[in-house]
Amino acid sequence: MTPFMRRSGLFGALAFTLLAGTASAEELTIALSSEPTAVDPHYHDLSSNNALTMHVFDALLTTDAQQKVQPNLATAWTNEGPTTWRFELRDDVVFSDGTPFTAEDVIFSYCRVLNNETAVSGSFDEAIKNMASIEAPDDHTLVFETNEPDPLLPIRLAQIAIISDEIAEHGEISFDPQSDCGVTGAWPTVNDFNDGTVAIGTGPYAIESYVKGSGIDLVRNERYFGEAPEWERVSFKPVPNAGPRLAGLLSGDYDVIENPAARDLSRIESSDDYEYVITPSSRVIYLQLDMRDDSPFVEAPDGSNPFQDVRVRRAMSMAIDREAIVERIMDDAAAPANQFLPAGMFGTIADAPALEYDPDRARELLAEAGYPDGFSVTFHATNDRYINDAQVAQAVAQFLTRIGIDTELDAMTRSIFFSRRSGREFSLSMGGWGSDTGEASSFLRQWVPTTDDVAGLGGSNYGGWSDPEFDVVLREAIATMDDAEREALLQQAGARVLEQMPYIPLHYESTIWAFRSDLDYQGRADQYTLATAITSDE
Amino acid sequence: MTLFILRRVIQSVFVLLAVSLVVFFAVYAIGDPVELLVSPDTSAAEREVMIRRLGLDLPIWRQYLVFLGNLAQGDLGTSFVHGVPAVELILQRLPATLELVVLSLVIAVSIGLPLGMIAGLAPETRTARTIMTGSIFGYSLPAFWQGMMLIFVFAVFLNWAPAAGRGDTVSLLGVEVSFLTADGWSHLILPAINLALPNLALVLRLAASGTAEARLQDYVKYARAKGVRRGRIVRRHILRNILVPVVTVIGVEFGSLIAYSTITETVFAWPGMGKLLIDSVYQLDRPVVVAYVMIATFIFVTVNLLVDLAYAMLDPRVELEKGAS
Repeated sequence: MTPFMRRSGLFGALAFTLLAGTASAEELTIALSSEPTAVDPHYHDLSSNNALTMHVFDALLTTDAQQKVQPNLATAWTNEGPTTWRFELRDDVVFSDGTPFTAEDVIFSYCRVLNNETAVSGSFDEAIKNMASIEAPDDHTLVFETNEPDPLLPIRLAQIAIISDEIAEHGEISFDPQSDCGVTGAWPTVNDFNDGTVAIGTGPYAIESYVKGSGIDLVRNERYFGEAPEWERVSFKPVPNAGPRLAGLLSGDYDVIENPAARDLSRIESSDDYEYVITPSSRVIYLQLDMRDDSPFVEAPDGSNPFQDVRVRRAMSMAIDREAIVERIMDDAAAPANQFLPAGMFGTIADAPALEYDPDRARELLAEAGYPDGFSVTFHATNDRYINDAQVAQAVAQFLTRIGIDTELDAMTRSIFFSRRSGREFSLSMGGWGSDTGEASSFLRQWVPTTDDVAGLGGSNYGGWSDPEFDVVLREAIATMDDAEREALLQQAGARVLEQMPYIPLHYESTIWAFRSDLDYQGRADQYTLATAITSDE
Repeated sequence: MTLFILRRVIQSVFVLLAVSLVVFFAVYAIGDPVELLVSPDTSAAEREVMIRRLGLDLPIWRQYLVFLGNLAQGDLGTSFVHGVPAVELILQRLPATLELVVLSLVIAVSIGLPLGMIAGLAPETRTARTIMTGSIFGYSLPAFWQGMMLIFVFAVFLNWAPAAGRGDTVSLLGVEVSFLTADGWSHLILPAINLALPNLALVLRLAASGTAEARLQDYVKYARAKGVRRGRIVRRHILRNILVPVVTVIGVEFGSLIAYSTITETVFAWPGMGKLLIDSVYQLDRPVVVAYVMIATFIFVTVNLLVDLAYAMLDPRVELEKGAS
């Protein structure tokens, strides 16, 4: 008898606790598909980290939902010559601990980016490394002198969070990286930010608690200079698996979730209590072709590398029915791509024609190129990196096989794929690229030009593509300060890539958010989930 | 006894070393963590700096020696991804996993043992057959599906408990625990049941077969002939005798649940150790994976040792020095 009595006591206690209350109206709980790896805004340039950063910290400038630059801590900025920039700062800003924000904080923050021992390399320091000098004529004006002209400086500075110079011991702060910029104490580490002691920003929220794996709680920063956000408290919960994320929304645990699976959208649609938004992102999914004479995974009857022939590349593009992929595999949570960044973003071709699907013409082109019987290739792709990547790759393989290119798919986990790709082990691979500057130059300079480490061009040109004509136009474009001129040059460069097709664009991924139907969120091209932009219907 | 423990400790050190070696080289063989960490548009020079800072520029055998050297000073390495000590990351997650595992084993034993004994004492009755048939579901349902069903029934439709995550925590001796808050319990109950079901079935079946066997033994018959009350026979003579296999199973399951309750932790977004392991493998965060497997091995070795000691207490015939090493 005794065991039974003990058990009923246990269940009594449990039944009682299950009645725990639900969140109040001022609170918002958001389920994230990937967790920020640190609170430190300069630790690692990842979308999950940057989205959290935007709640707690501000940069001189910010980007809107379409990745266009907007004023933030700086109200105005002018270009006084190819390498000279002048920024006017707000004078009414205080940090969440009450100390006023001045130009010194900016210089300190930029120095810290250069002196960040614990950071993952290459995070945020590109613009700062290009600084010859930073002067502060007064507390609310900054003059930057760069080594090389950098038309993208505003958007790069929009990504570098400003932290308070109170968090390190220092004398007079000046931009002099050789002598630690005047900092005498220890530079803050990633752990100092994670445990909350120095996570002091000027943003709309302040960190209340950060427990790795379990969640991040934010509380409204009452000293914020901008418009106060609607939610007093915001709680982020990492739920990497899409099924539990949706279940949590449906059971009322979460108010907003990131990236529900597209196949589950009908479940959300069928209910009056929930809705969703699909927002195009700047991430393009594309095929990369290996141009080397001796390519490891392609086999043609005559021993040549067929990808070297532009007719073959165009045939491959024509073989793929992008509409079908978007409709049947992506459940319309994507858009067919006809260039490498969605039209409307800076430097894209406004009225580029759709890339047509014409398998018959594709077969003719293959025959003209000297491969009437096709050839065979192993196609490599990830199966856990992009939305439905394995299924998309399967469809592409089938489309190519249909025109006579015997394609065998080898899909693998990303940790293996990315190592092998940078080891140049593939002949044909599927990748994805999001433009963090919102400009067409992002893809074009990283993937297409002849590799030049010193100039930072073509770092991912694993296929060894080289087109001198393109290189000239691109190099001119990225050094042009005038926006209209630069845009025209980028369009010219983009058109050249589409003509030569060393890369074949497939589609642009869209980002999906689902939320309670009394809320509203417009979504962002950079895929960030910002609690400040989530509003309740009036 | 002391000699026995000493011998086991020395054996364990070699097991730990062997495990670290295998895991270290296995993760190395998968791929290059820098590729996953550093954005592709990072310059070659910066990439070099990163590689050197992580110590990945050395040949693999030297990396392993460096690892051993640090290990001798009690340092299991710093996470590539999070930039903090691997042990700290793991220990941060340990309380969440421990409370889940302990609760699930308490559920498994407190329900499985009595039900199994009821079934074992009267095997031919309808009650016994119902219990035994029901237990088949316990260990044949896939944990992932079963977890989703629990969520859909109890969280989505009935709305009795939250679907996922860990509830409010309070600090107990410096450790964040959730089993002292109402919200914590409401989050704990579904994943604990999910984790408990297969073990509940296992304990139940062990108890049932053990009881069925023991109740026909001479000492039980003798006790009954002597006029000992039924309750005392069940507790003193039957229960004690069927506990050895149950303790073994609980011991082994305790270790494996702590280290590898990954599926339940994933379905319920439970911030435990299992989920950390999966994430770290995906990101090739070698220091975390190696430290994790070593800590898991350490737990296994310790639990096994405790199980052997428990045998000796439950069954006076077991002698530690000679037999079980």
